[in-house]
Amino acid sequence: MAVIESLMEKGRRVEGHRPWPRCVVDEALWRALAQGLAAGEATLLGLWGEPDAVHMALLDEERGSVAVATLPCPEGRFPSVAAVHMPALRLERSIRDLFGLEPQGAGDARPWLDHGRWGVRHPLGAAAPAPDGPPAAAYPFLPAEGEHLHQIPVGPVHAGIIEPGHFRFTASGETVVRLEERLGYVHKGLEGLMAGASLERAARLAARTSGDSTVAYGIAFARAVEAALGLEVPARAVWLRALMAELERLANHLGDIGAICNDAAFALMHAECGILREHVLRAAAAAFGHRLMMDRVVPGGVAADLDRQGAQAVRTLLERVRRRFPALVALYDNTASLQDRTVTTGRVKPELARLYGAGGYVGRACGRAFDARRSLAYPPYDRLDFEVPVFAAGDVDARVWVRIREVEQSLALVEQILRGLPQGPIRVDVPADAAARGGEGLAFAEAFRGEVLAWVRVDGQGRIARCHLRDASWFQWPLLEAAIEGNIVADFPLCNKSFNCSYSGHDV
Amino acid sequence: MNKIVLEGLARAPVTESGPDPDGAALAELAASVNRAAMARLGRSLAIREVDAGSCNGCELEIHALNNAIYDLERFGLRFVASPRHADVLLVTGPVTKNMREALERTYNATPDPKWVVAVGDCAVDGGLFTGSYACVGGVGQVVPVDLHIRGCPPTPVQLLRGLLSLLTAAKAPANA
Ligand code: SF4
Repeated sequence: MAVIESLMEKGRRVEGHRPWPRCVVDEALWRALAQGLAAGEATLLGLWGEPDAVHMALLDEERGSVAVATLPCPEGRFPSVAAVHMPALRLERSIRDLFGLEPQGAGDARPWLDHGRWGVRHPLGAAAPAPDGPPAAAYPFLPAEGEHLHQIPVGPVHAGIIEPGHFRFTASGETVVRLEERLGYVHKGLEGLMAGASLERAARLAARTSGDSTVAYGIAFARAVEAALGLEVPARAVWLRALMAELERLANHLGDIGAICNDAAFALMHAECGILREHVLRAAAAAFGHRLMMDRVVPGGVAADLDRQGAQAVRTLLERVRRRFPALVALYDNTASLQDRTVTTGRVKPELARLYGAGGYVGRACGRAFDARRSLAYPPYDRLDFEVPVFAAGDVDARVWVRIREVEQSLALVEQILRGLPQGPIRVDVPADAAARGGEGLAFAEAFRGEVLAWVRVDGQGRIARCHLRDASWFQWPLLEAAIEGNIVADFPLCNKSFNCSYSGHDV
Repeated sequence: MNKIVLEGLARAPVTESGPDPDGAALAELAASVNRAAMARLGRSLAIREVDAGSCNGCELEIHALNNAIYDLERFGLRFVASPRHADVLLVTGPVTKNMREALERTYNATPDPKWVVAVGDCAVDGGLFTGSYACVGGVGQVVPVDLHIRGCPPTPVQLLRGLLSLLTAAKAPANA
């Protein structure tokens, strides 16, 4: 039986969780769901905690259905999903760090986000004081044994202008035998700050989960709140959100294409793409008053309308990118020395991408066609015409090509949105009775790097009781470890850039 | 590729952007930053960026300083890979507790004289993340700060303006 059907049949449905169902399960059913994930009958969308329960979001890709399973943990423990399904591992380690719930049988007792410096243990569960100085013991990296192996520690502070994280390479000569990531350096305790926050403040926090995806987070969070409260958002707001989301995608993809080429020592592409990216940001500022469009998406609608001048700025941008971009694509395609670096480098196996439910260009570069705009279509994408480009090779080159094709798709989407943009109000207030009712909502938005999951519970005062935000990076970071294996150390920056995972979005 | 290179040589420099009012102020600003740096250091300025818990929004705009439109490097302002080569530390983020030690060590590895610039509302005082169990809150809580540049994130022009005021300020750098 399909995993979600068995959950619906055997679990106890919780009222007021929208739009997808949430069911309370017992340990036996929880284990069965984990087995279903391991067997590939469903994809893990998220796994998060509360002080006394764990939740797991599941996707049935074939049927396009989603459901949440909840296991109460009165004893402070739950059967580890990672014991049978590895993609859950880091999520479970984080649940243990934040809530003190023990994933039983997980096989990895090391902390993940907690570096022993918070001055508190289990800050979101039964918080207990702890020393906040540098930890006494060093983090135990996994061993890699054999003759002639050497280790290269990198980070958390890196050479470029990038986010902090630690990479531990074990190499045999030039070849990487194992990469182990250590993250959590930019953990800001965002979900802790969310608890009790007003909707307005919570939206601002959500928008800062990962600055490069601020619009996508804004949309995911707003849609989760709107689902929880049963809010109907004006059509114009929905279309303007999509316009912002596509501008954000354009800016990031253009930046990435240039940056990947730069890491293959091809600076011309970087310069050209950087110029186009800058023009996107300027158009965004002209249209919505902020270069990254932060805080422009709010629960109930959007905070900035598009006027005639703004629309003209976006049209000028379209022309500019359309004029320049094809030559850059041809340049990428025809430069053998560049292709020599990107083709076959950092390959991700399709089975692995499927197992991990890797989204964004990481998944779509190796055959996994998931795109939240299509697979879990939300307005206005259900009314827009676009393709989801998918490639098979799974290497750096394929991740570049996904981005190139998506730039083209986004240009076409922006044009459609400008043409079809409905008139009318851009925002509704949250009605007092809806706020007093509260509720739970789950939503997804497709950020440039993959889907963002937002889950909220709004209390009876219109405040956030609990909010969980899950970046696409959670299921991409582990694949980077696999992709670099057998490559040379010098190709790591290139591979890493082609993934461009979020540190902040992951560490939250 | 040759075609694109040739076009690039032939067309007007992108650096002088047309209708954008920021564009005009830009060259002047960056040039004066450099003059001030020369007066202080007798050479151009080396900048090391440290993300101490940013959401990565500030990094995006610091990055933009390097694009061909702002082209910071033509004025001798350059980003360096090691704190040991840096005159200025640009620090972003509300300083997460997990990054505190790395920030201190980066600061200690930077030779005197040095300036610290806290970039973005988070770095100024913790911003929206004030009160979190996981954040120290403000770069000034961890290392001495010479200048705060507000904004969420500050735009490239605001960043340049900040570097200018840092250098034209009358006071000598910390530990000079
Ligand atoms: S100031 Fe704003 S953009 Fe900069 S790190 Fe903080 S939240 Fe992000």
